[in-house]
Amino acid sequence: MKVTFPHMGQVYLAIKGLLDDLGIEVVVPPPITEKTLEIGTKLSPEMACLPLKINIGNYVESIQKGADTIIIAGSCGPCRFGYYGVVQKEILKDLGYDVNMIIFDPPNSDYGVFIDKIKKLAGKNSWISVAQAFKRASAIVKEADEMLDIALKKRAREINKGDVDSRLNCFEQEVLSRHGNDEILETIRKYKEILSQVEEKSDVLPLKIGLVGEIYTLIEPYVNLNVEKKLGYLGVEVYRSITLYEWVKLHLSLDVKYRMRHKRILRKAAPYLSLCVGGHAWQTIANTIYYSECGVDGVIQIMPFGCMPEIVAESILPRVYQDYGTPVMTLVVDEMTGEAGYFTRLEAFVDLLEQKRRGRVDGYKEGLFGN
Amino acid sequence: MDIKKAFLGIDVGSVSINVVAIDQENNVLGKIYVRTEGKPIQILKKAMGDMVSMLPANVEIMGVGTTGSGRELAAVVVGADVVKNEITAHGIAALTFVPDARTVLEIGGQDSKIIILRDGVVSDFAMNTVCAAGTGSFLDRQAARLNIPIEKFGELALKSKSPVRIAGRCAVFAESDMIHKQQMGCRCEDIIRGLCEALVRNYLNNVGKGKEILPRVVFQGGVAANVGIKKAFEEALGYEITVPEHYDVMGALGAAVLAKEYVTTKRGCNTKFRGFEEILKKEFTSRTFECTECTNFCEIVELIAGEAVAARWGGRCGKWARINQPAQERFVVGQN
Repeated sequence: MKVTFPHMGQVYLAIKGLLDDLGIEVVVPPPITEKTLEIGTKLSPEMACLPLKINIGNYVESIQKGADTIIIAGSCGPCRFGYYGVVQKEILKDLGYDVNMIIFDPPNSDYGVFIDKIKKLAGKNSWISVAQAFKRASAIVKEADEMLDIALKKRAREINKGDVDSRLNCFEQEVLSRHGNDEILETIRKYKEILSQVEEKSDVLPLKIGLVGEIYTLIEPYVNLNVEKKLGYLGVEVYRSITLYEWVKLHLSLDVKYRMRHKRILRKAAPYLSLCVGGHAWQTIANTIYYSECGVDGVIQIMPFGCMPEIVAESILPRVYQDYGTPVMTLVVDEMTGEAGYFTRLEAFVDLLEQKRRGRVDGYKEGLFGN
Repeated sequence: MDIKKAFLGIDVGSVSINVVAIDQENNVLGKIYVRTEGKPIQILKKAMGDMVSMLPANVEIMGVGTTGSGRELAAVVVGADVVKNEITAHGIAALTFVPDARTVLEIGGQDSKIIILRDGVVSDFAMNTVCAAGTGSFLDRQAARLNIPIEKFGELALKSKSPVRIAGRCAVFAESDMIHKQQMGCRCEDIIRGLCEALVRNYLNNVGKGKEILPRVVFQGGVAANVGIKKAFEEALGYEITVPEHYDVMGALGAAVLAKEYVTTKRGCNTKFRGFEEILKKEFTSRTFECTECTNFCEIVELIAGEAVAARWGGRCGKWARINQPAQERFVVGQN
C-alpha cells in the first residue's frame, strides 16, 4: 500500500510523519505548481471550486509516482467539501485510475466507522502505537504553525528582504528527506531556531492585518497566491484566524478550554449571523469582529470563487465595517486570478490603512511611499 | 537663467502610457498621452523623448513616480523614486486637484475602480473583480466597428431620444445584443446611448456595489472623455459629476505628486532618475527562463539594461529577486 493525500499548507509534514511511524509507505504529492492546477482544471467540472481542482491535480501527480491509496478528510457541513471525496473518487474512476480511497468523515456520532477506517490504514499496529503516532503528529502541526508565526513576525521586520523565505525554502527541501515524526519535528525545531535568528529592524511599527475566510484558501499558500508573503514584503504583520493546529484542537482533540474560547468568539457574530451556513462563514464574521476588537488595522477575507458560505459572509461584512470601522477587503481566487491585479489590491489596501493610521497618529510620516 | 524644479509621473497602463511633468505648485508643465500598443518599453522611450522636447531647457527633474500595471517595468527603465499602485495614485490625484471630492469613479482601458475619500484620505476602494473590466477597450472596439471616431461616440449618445436597452453583463453579450438591435433597425445613436447606460449600470452594480457614493463625484480615466457615459452616470446617481481638466492622465499626476511629496519629506534625497539622455540611449531587452533549482519551476523574467541585469521578476524563493548582489555574483547574460 502506497498512500497519498492532497496538499494543504503544512499538513503534509504531519501526515508523512504519522504514516512513516505506522510503517506505511507514503507518496508526498509534488508541490503544487502550474502543472498541478492545469491537470486538475482539465479533469474537474468547470464550476467546481478551486480546492477540488487542485486536489485532483495532487492525486494524479502522486499516482504517477506510484501511489495506490488516497486518504482525505470528509465533512458533514452544508458545504461542497462534504462530497469532495466521493466526487473525486468518481472522477478518478472515470479516468481509469484504480485507487483505493479512504474518506475520514469527522466522527460526530458514529465512532465505529471512523475506527474501522483507522484500522484499515493502521494494519498490524497496536492501538497504543497508533495513538502515540497521532499525538506526535499533532505536535508537528503545532510546531509547524509556530514556525510560520515566527516567519510572519520576522518578514515584516527583516533587514534583508527575502531572508525569511530563503530559509523557509531550505526547510521545505530538507524536510522531505526526513523520515518519521521525530526526525520531522527535529527539523522543524532546527528551523524555528534558524528563523528566529533572522536580523530585525528595531525601528519599525508594522501594520497589522488579520486574515479570515475559507480554510483551504487561507492555509494553502499556492492557492492564496502567497498572500502572507506579499503582505510581509509590504511591511505588514499578518494574523491568521484559522490555522491547522487550531483545526486539530477543535475537531480532533478534547481541548475543552480551546473549544470554549472558540465558542466565545463565535458568539460575537450573533447580531449578524448566529448559525453555521457551511464552510467557515460564521467564523469569518466572528473573527472579523474579534480582530476589530483586538485593534488590528485591517482585515482581508480570502475565498475561492463561487464559495457559497463565503459569499454570505462577504455580503454581511460591510455592516461589520460600518459598526466597527476596521476596513475589510475581500479577495476572490480561482485558476483565472491574475497575480498583478491581486497585488495591486493588496498594495492599495495597505496604503489605505497606512493613510488612516497617519491620520490617527500625529506626526507619523513614514509609510505611504513604501520603499 | 533660473533652474525650475519639476517632478515626473509615469502611468504605464494596458491601453495608454501617460507622462506628466509638474512643478512645485502642481501646475502641469507638459503631458503626453500615447497608446501602449503592447510595446511598453519602446513607447515609453518615445514618450520620454517627446517630453524632453516639450519641457523648457531650464527644467530639472527632482523626482519620478511610476504607476499602472507596468509600474515596476517603468520604474526600472527610468529610475523611479516612488512606485505606486494605480488605486493610490488616482486617489491622491483626485484629492490634489479636486480637494472636496468624496467619490472617484475611474474607468480606464482594462480596469474600473471606485475610490471613496473621506476627510482627505482614501477610506475605501473597490476594483472590478469578475466583470465590468475592459470598458475602455470595449468602447474603442465598438466605435471602430460602427466606424464612428471614438471622440464623437459620446456626443452621438446625447442626440438619442429613445435609448435602447442593451444587456450589458459582459462585453461579449453586450456586443451580440447590440448587433441584434441593429439588425432590427434601431437607430445608431439610440443604441450607443443604451450602451452607455448598460456600462454605467454594470459599473454601479459590480464595482460600486455596497459603497456609499456621496458628492462631490469625480469621474476620471480615459473613458471620462465620453460625454454619453458621464450623462448616464449623472442620471443614475442624481448628482452632478466633475470631470477634472487632466482626467486622462490622473494616474500619472498622482504618481508625480507622490514623487514630489517623497522627495520633499525625505530631505537631501537624490533622485534615482537616469536622465532623459540615458533612457533614450540605453537599450532594454528582456528574456525569460525556467529556474530548475527546485521543484517549484518558477518562470523568471529578466530585464537587461545595456549589458547588466536591471531587474528580475517571478521567483518564489527570493533567490532571483536579489538584484543588488555584488558584481561577481550576478547572473551573467548568456549563461544557463
